[in-house]
Parts: sequence; structure tokens; C-alpha cells
Amino acid sequence: MLRRELTRGLAAAGLVLFCASGFAAGAKVELESADIDPGNVNSLQRGAGNFMNYCSGCHSAQYVRYSTIGKHLELSDEDMIENLMFNAEKTFETININMQAESAERWFGVQPPDLSLLARSRGADYIYSFLKGFYVDPDHPNGTNNTVLAGTAMPHVLWEKQGFQRAVFTEETIDGVTRSTFDRFEPYIPGELDAEAYDEFVRDTTNFLVYIAEPIRSERIQLGIWVMIYLLIFFIVALMLKKEIWKDVK
Amino acid sequence: MARVEAEVGKPKGGLMNWIDARFPFTKTMKYHVTEYYASKNLNIWYVFGVLSFVVLIIQIVTGIFLTMNYKPSATEAFASVEYIMRDVEWGWLIRYMHSTGASFFFVVVYLHMFRAMLYGSYQKPRELIWIIGMLILLVLMAEAFAGYLLPWGQMSYWGAQVIISLFGAIPVVGDGLVEYIRGDYSISDITLNRFFALHVIALPLALVGLVFVHIVALHEVGSNNPDGVEIKQKKDENGVPLDGVAFHPYHTSKDLVAIIIFLMVFSAVVFFAPEMGGFFLEHANFDPANPGVTPEHIAPVWYFTPYYAILRAVPDKFWGFFLFGVSVILPMFLPWLDRCRVRSIRYRGWMYKTALTLFVISFVLLGWLGLQPAEGIYVTLTRIATVVYFAFFLLMPYYTSIDKTKPVPERVIYNA
Repeated sequence: MLRRELTRGLAAAGLVLFCASGFAAGAKVELESADIDPGNVNSLQRGAGNFMNYCSGCHSAQYVRYSTIGKHLELSDEDMIENLMFNAEKTFETININMQAESAERWFGVQPPDLSLLARSRGADYIYSFLKGFYVDPDHPNGTNNTVLAGTAMPHVLWEKQGFQRAVFTEETIDGVTRSTFDRFEPYIPGELDAEAYDEFVRDTTNFLVYIAEPIRSERIQLGIWVMIYLLIFFIVALMLKKEIWKDVK
Repeated sequence: MARVEAEVGKPKGGLMNWIDARFPFTKTMKYHVTEYYASKNLNIWYVFGVLSFVVLIIQIVTGIFLTMNYKPSATEAFASVEYIMRDVEWGWLIRYMHSTGASFFFVVVYLHMFRAMLYGSYQKPRELIWIIGMLILLVLMAEAFAGYLLPWGQMSYWGAQVIISLFGAIPVVGDGLVEYIRGDYSISDITLNRFFALHVIALPLALVGLVFVHIVALHEVGSNNPDGVEIKQKKDENGVPLDGVAFHPYHTSKDLVAIIIFLMVFSAVVFFAPEMGGFFLEHANFDPANPGVTPEHIAPVWYFTPYYAILRAVPDKFWGFFLFGVSVILPMFLPWLDRCRVRSIRYRGWMYKTALTLFVISFVLLGWLGLQPAEGIYVTLTRIATVVYFAFFLLMPYYTSIDKTKPVPERVIYNA
């Protein structure tokens, strides 16, 4: 059941990203725009902190090296060792977890996925909406459920920050089939952060996840600009050469 | 290249003389480069041949470097691709060039083929060039298909699972054939290894061989042109076609401009949109292959979707596969399906023009439909487009023989 739900959620998210036509069979919840700024190093640094404090207990990012993060996020080795590397000795190590796969499956029913590439397979908006989508659901084993990924095995890890919210669903009966559609959230128990601050918190975290999915992104764009300038100059030269050679052809 | 050609022009020195006595270097250069004459009025449609060649080189060179770091193993493949993307020096650039190159290969090859259909380049005496070209397309499809399994992502795995299982639709031998291709009861490490072998050596070897033959055949009969006029029929006293200019330096200098424009488009994708919104690198392929979880929506990469749509147009498994196969092979018979003696669309009648337009619309539409779920209005549209696709070829002997053509000029039209 869980697996099916998971698959459906993932497939639905994939579809939304893939064709953006909104035709997806399972896409019920509209994703909120994450509105991240990949060039904002402060946001990325905060996101790195959030990730290491709240995500990395269960989720690995096994392809991501601390040294790479340090280089791009302008963090010294000391900064990283003190603030980020709770589970690593050397900066060239990747972000791994100590939790055994078997234990994870016993505790959660499923192994928490590696997050290295989550932003590339699901998209920033998915992550942002997912982290904002937890609501109180007494029918669910860990007491919360999620609007983006219904039946997720992940508990509301950020409850201290966000507090708890309730979800209001509207029920609609079409051709004898009753469907409940998510309508809105209602505040329930407040957390440390108000709604706006929580959005920022989640946005920074999302920004960091987008960054680790493709650390060379900004490097590639910068290099791309130079390549285009070079090709443009080369183009002018080649065009002049062509004109010179062809001028006698009548 | 340029230096070599400069040497060829000079009176033979010691070394050139020595080589030419042992290997037909100067002779070959003249035949294929400096004294190969192609019409001076070749337009933009004529650049896609050389661009296909450029992409082939890009794929081979980047492919070699990828092979140095990639691990063809079910447990290591996905991680090794990420290793290339993150830890190998310039690995990300090499990988993006290769993945973008795969899609661009089909862009330029499809446009190259469309050029042949615009100007009747497949007609006598160029039938063999067309057939070899079609074989190149088939090998290219196999090459792309095998290559797509290698990153070992969810779409790699399930795409291969779906496509290979199609062969199971063949009566009697189907199931055995599927097992034979996979080398296992499902897609596995064994499948990955053999696809790797096919992708990095067997198919590229066939591809390069076919490209060589394609060019040899072309240089034997000469290039067609937008007027469909045979330039070899009007020659000057030296035996040079009056409307022809040498491949080098004339066409090479023109091609260079085209190559740079192409590289700008190519680089724009590589550097600014390597996923191309999920069309060049599918989002689901950033999840490692998981035999336990079937994605709800499995779509092949865009360049296969026209044929995939045709496959799904038929509710029957065997006949769907049959039509799919026929739709891929059918263009091979173009030289004999086309009964018109006029090559170029410039002098053809309204029937061929209409038919070709409808064909292009149906092909593009099928490509889009192949990405949509097979339900509702999409199925109806797919069936209509499939009928148009087949009608273009199957009715061709009829409409091309009664179509009213315009007179073809004696010489090519060229405005300097």
C-alpha cells in the first residue's frame, strides 16, 4: 500500500514536471513555487545548516562532498567541521548516514531516500511544497500526513519550527464516486517560526537541495557565457572568410 | 586540414611524392575534397549532412572520455555517472555534451532526411545513398536505445523493459527472443553489460562504416541541389560542372559558418538547459533504477516518440508492434514509391506539396502524442496521425504519378 502510494506520488510529481499540462492522473495538489535564488550564498549556507541539522540524521547525500560544499558556499574547513560535519572526519567525505538500512525499514517501513538528486528528479517546487505540506492526521501511524505525498512514511521533522497544521478537504461526488480534494491549511499548534519565517526556512533548505543536485550549475552557466562570446567572434570571422571566398562565384 | 590541402596544391616535394607513390593521398584529396564539385546554390537545408558528421565526432570523442570513468555494472553504473558529473575534471561538460549530442543527432538527421524529401535527393541515381542513410538511422536508433540504458536510472530501466518486451509480441519466437536480448529473465546487470558492449564498440563501428559508405556513394553520383538539376550534364572544357564549385574551399567555408551557428545552439543547451525541460534528460532518470517500483508514466526520449505513438495507436500488441516496425522501415522504399520524375519541391505540383506538409504535421504530432498518456482524445488523434503517416507513403505511387509538375530549368537558379 505504502509503496503504491509512494509510486503514485512520485509518478504524479514527475508528470507535472514533465509535461506541465496538468493532465496527470494523480496530480491533485498544485505545487507552490519555491522561488529560490540559487545565486544567494547566504541562503545556501542557511540551507546547508538546516539540512545537516534536520535532514542528515536519516537522509544521506552520498554523492555530495563536504569539500565541494565548502568551495561553493564560501565556507572554511573549520566552519564546516564545526557546523556541518556531524558525521564525517575528513572534508573530502560525502554526506552519509549511520542508520542501517534494516533498522530504517523497521522504523519507517521504508529506507529514507538519498537526497543528492531529489531536486533533479522532483523539482524545487515539489520539495518546497512537500516540506510545507505536513498536517495532523490521527489515522496515520506517525500522526501526520502530507498533501504532496499522501501517506508518506516521513514524520513531520520540522514540527518545532512550523508547529502543526490541519488540512481542510472538500468532498465532491461525481458519478457516485466521492473524492476529497485538498482545500487549505488551518493553523493548529504554533511553532517557533511564524508562517513567513517558516517559508524562508524551507526555501533555504530547498535552495540547498537544488544546489547539491548539481553543484556545478553556476559554474556551467558562467562558462557558457564565455563560450557563447567566443563562438560569436568565431562566427564573424568565419562569415567574413566565407564572403571572401565566395565573392567570385557568379 | 587546411595545411594538408595547402600542401596538396604545391608541386610535389620529397615527402608528398614519397607518400603518393605508396598511398593515393593527393588523388583521394582531390577526388573527395578539392575537386569534388557540388552545386553553388546549396541552401541551408544542405548543412545538416555535415552537422550530422560533427555530432558523430562529438559523440565519439566525448564517449571515449565517458568510457574512461563509467562502470557498466548494475550496482555501480548510476553512481559512476554522478562521479563523472561531480568529481571527474570537466566530467559534467563531457557528459552534458554526450547527452545533448544524442538528442541533436536526431534533430540534424531528421532535418537531413527532410531535405532529401524536399528536393528528391533519394531519386535515381541516389537510391543507394538513401538506403544506406536509412540503415544509418536504424543503427543510430539502436545506438541511442542501448546508450540510454547505461545511466541506469528509472527511465533507463523501465524504458528498456518496455521496448525490449515489445519483441514478445512476435508469434512463436517472441518470448525466447526477449530473453535472448536481455540475457536474463528481466533487465539486469547482464543486460547492462551487453548494451554497453553494443553501445561503445559494435554499433559505433557499424555507424562509422555506414557513414563512410554513405559518403563514398554520394561522391560517386554527386550531390543533388535545391533545383533537382543534374549539374554534371553541363560541364566546361576542363570537365568541371558549370554550376559546381569545389567542396574545398567553397563549401567548407560555408559549412564552417553553419557549424559555428550549430555549436552556438548546441552550447546554449549544454550550458544553459542541459535537461531541456526533461526532453533531453528525463527527470525520472535522476532516480536510480529500481525494479520494484514501476513509474506510472513511462515515455521514451523524444526522438522515439513518433514511432512509440504508432505502436500505441493499435489496441492489439502484435499489430501495434508490426505497424511500429513498418513505420520505421517504410521510408526506405521512398525511391520506388515516388513515381514523379521531378525531384525538387520547387517544380512539383500541389499534391506532393500537400502530402509532404501533412506528413510533417503528422510526424511532429505523433512525436508529441507519444509523450502523452494513451487515453481519450490522445488515442483518437494518434490514430488519425498514424493513418496520415502511412497514407503519405502508401498512396505516394498514385499521387506522384498524376501530380502536375512545372518545367525544370536547364541550369540551377543562383543569385550571388
